[in-house]
Amino acid sequence: MDKFTVLTGIAAALPEENIDTDKIIPARFLKTTKRSGLGVNAFDSMRYRADGSENPDFVLNQEPYRKAQILITFDNLGCGSSREHAPWALLDFGIRCVIAPSFADIFHNNCFKNGILPIVLPRPVCEQLMADARMGGNARLTIDLPRQVVIRPDGSEVPFEVDPLRKKLLLEGLDDIGQTLQHEKAIETFETERAQAQPWIPRIVLD
Amino acid sequence: MAPRTLFDKIWDSHVVETLPDKTAILYIDRHLVHEVTSPQAFEGLRLSGRRLRHPDATIAVVDHNVPTSDRTQPIAEAESRNQIETLERNVKEFGVPYFPLLSARQGIVHVVGPEQGISLPGMTIVCGDSHTSTHGAMGALAFGIGTSEVEHVMATQTILQKPAKNMKVVVEGQVGPGVTAKDIMLAIIGHIGTAGGTGHVIEFAGSAIRDLDMAGRMTLCNMSIEAGARAGLVAPDETTFEYVRGRPFAPKGEAFDEAVAYWKTLASDEGAHYDRVVELRAEDITPVLTWGTSPETVIPVTGNVPDPAKETDPARRKQMQRMLDYMGLEAGQKIAGTPVDVVFIGSCTNSRIEDLRAAASIAAGRKVAPGVRAMIVPGSGIVKAQAEEEGLDKVFLEAGFEWREAGCSMCLGMNPDRLTPGQRCASTSNRNFEGRQGPGGRTHLLSPAMAAAAAVTGCLTDVRELI
Ligand code: SF4
Repeated sequence: MDKFTVLTGIAAALPEENIDTDKIIPARFLKTTKRSGLGVNAFDSMRYRADGSENPDFVLNQEPYRKAQILITFDNLGCGSSREHAPWALLDFGIRCVIAPSFADIFHNNCFKNGILPIVLPRPVCEQLMADARMGGNARLTIDLPRQVVIRPDGSEVPFEVDPLRKKLLLEGLDDIGQTLQHEKAIETFETERAQAQPWIPRIVLD
Repeated sequence: MAPRTLFDKIWDSHVVETLPDKTAILYIDRHLVHEVTSPQAFEGLRLSGRRLRHPDATIAVVDHNVPTSDRTQPIAEAESRNQIETLERNVKEFGVPYFPLLSARQGIVHVVGPEQGISLPGMTIVCGDSHTSTHGAMGALAFGIGTSEVEHVMATQTILQKPAKNMKVVVEGQVGPGVTAKDIMLAIIGHIGTAGGTGHVIEFAGSAIRDLDMAGRMTLCNMSIEAGARAGLVAPDETTFEYVRGRPFAPKGEAFDEAVAYWKTLASDEGAHYDRVVELRAEDITPVLTWGTSPETVIPVTGNVPDPAKETDPARRKQMQRMLDYMGLEAGQKIAGTPVDVVFIGSCTNSRIEDLRAAASIAAGRKVAPGVRAMIVPGSGIVKAQAEEEGLDKVFLEAGFEWREAGCSMCLGMNPDRLTPGQRCASTSNRNFEGRQGPGGRTHLLSPAMAAAAAVTGCLTDVRELI
């Protein structure tokens, strides 16, 4: 997982609510067995027309937003299925930070796990940032994770909240499993105690 | 100790350790694995040289993209075949119990778990699929996880989680004829919205819930996710215990009695705190369906499609209009009488034997309307066999339905069962997003009985006219 510290990049505004994971990456592209390569089909139904050609009206098909690293939307981003292909598709497209007034739980989690920083900001603030984003290529946003601020093109700063553990993992580019395995002793103890207290819990063994 | 909810009790009994920021390392009793969200997790284990900690708490099935037609033939779609073959290699390498495609026990993971007695009350159950919430009907804490978490559970038998908030949805009273668990759940989602349960675990309570059989409770918990919740729960009771008794992987004999004694302690305590409580009267719930491309767009089958012009919020108005355009509907039109092209009875929401019986009772002695393709996709090989024993397959076949093999099928259209652009489908599944059942497909979510009614009349129909 790549570290996330300070990101300065182009932001794209997608002023819609309830952008679900089917929109981020339709189910028919889930048949991969690898994590990479989904970026070309990110937002497939909005990005391409029925004949497969690009929809010029869609923001991520326009310059400079083809290179967007930050995405700003309205409420409930990432609702729908738990597919992690959604953050993979965003990441493969180049998105490292998503900003919205609210997120669906699983998607929010999955972003962190894949090195994408999801930031919750009130809708009026998202609207301001969208206005910044519409100013085009020179209007870059900076996401300063150590200081927990979004720096707008005019230099003003918007503070945001982030879970301290999540922040640490992002800053260090550490994966969760390594973290948890530091507690392996506690897991073993738990397993022993429970096997005694609830011996009836069956093991799944096929004959 | 302060009174606790069912959720609190299951949670507390599975916390291995709480980290300084309140994240718990939560122990997982059952990990269900399928072909779509597991390959990258197995790949991760392999790359990092980690082992799978508890194969004996893990079960794998193929369901999402298996064909539901003749299975003795090789799988035609290369990518589907690749995912299935990858899973087969992985379960072998890591020693995971597996129900292969040709096993009678194969089926949709959320049908198979309870059916085999693998999902039990009081457990924590995860799967790389959002509808894992289904298993909450057992009185288990069950939720969907992403592929990174799948790998985490494989390696550690735990996940990292913060406790959810408690929400209670109470439905008191008795539902009228033709009203099913699906209608209750759609009514709840219509009432609280698709973000209504965000951050919460919903416990379903009240006499109308108690009266439901396990299949009905599974339908409710299944769609908790469409209400935005992390999970759904129903307290285990006699109905639950009777359901579990004798299932292949359930405890037997004395162990079963011991288990039941423990399960009886799980129900929420008197006076336990809920962060949110929502109450509905069963008598107010009628057969319903969705008109739009969000599961919260619920209206009674006797109702009319809403008019965006009456919506004051401009963003919402725009979204409603987009939904109407996508769905090919007119503002204000009566929903009943809208012709359908396809009827899909299946998915982890509604593909159990009880669902098929309900559909068969409407289909019996009638014919699928000309021009309508109606398909029945049982949730598992066991459900299929049971239905055939009861002669339901004959009822369906005589009426002109297709009788297919078990799998997710047209619920998400990863296998060849897909809608074509513009086709309108009466579907017992759980999601009606744009393109969910195939690009350009139009989905109306409804109960199995309502779906059968649509099949035999050729249009969206109030099932009460047929009973
Ligand atoms: S039936 Fe549909 S919702 Fe259920 S597991 Fe399969 S794809 Fe997911």
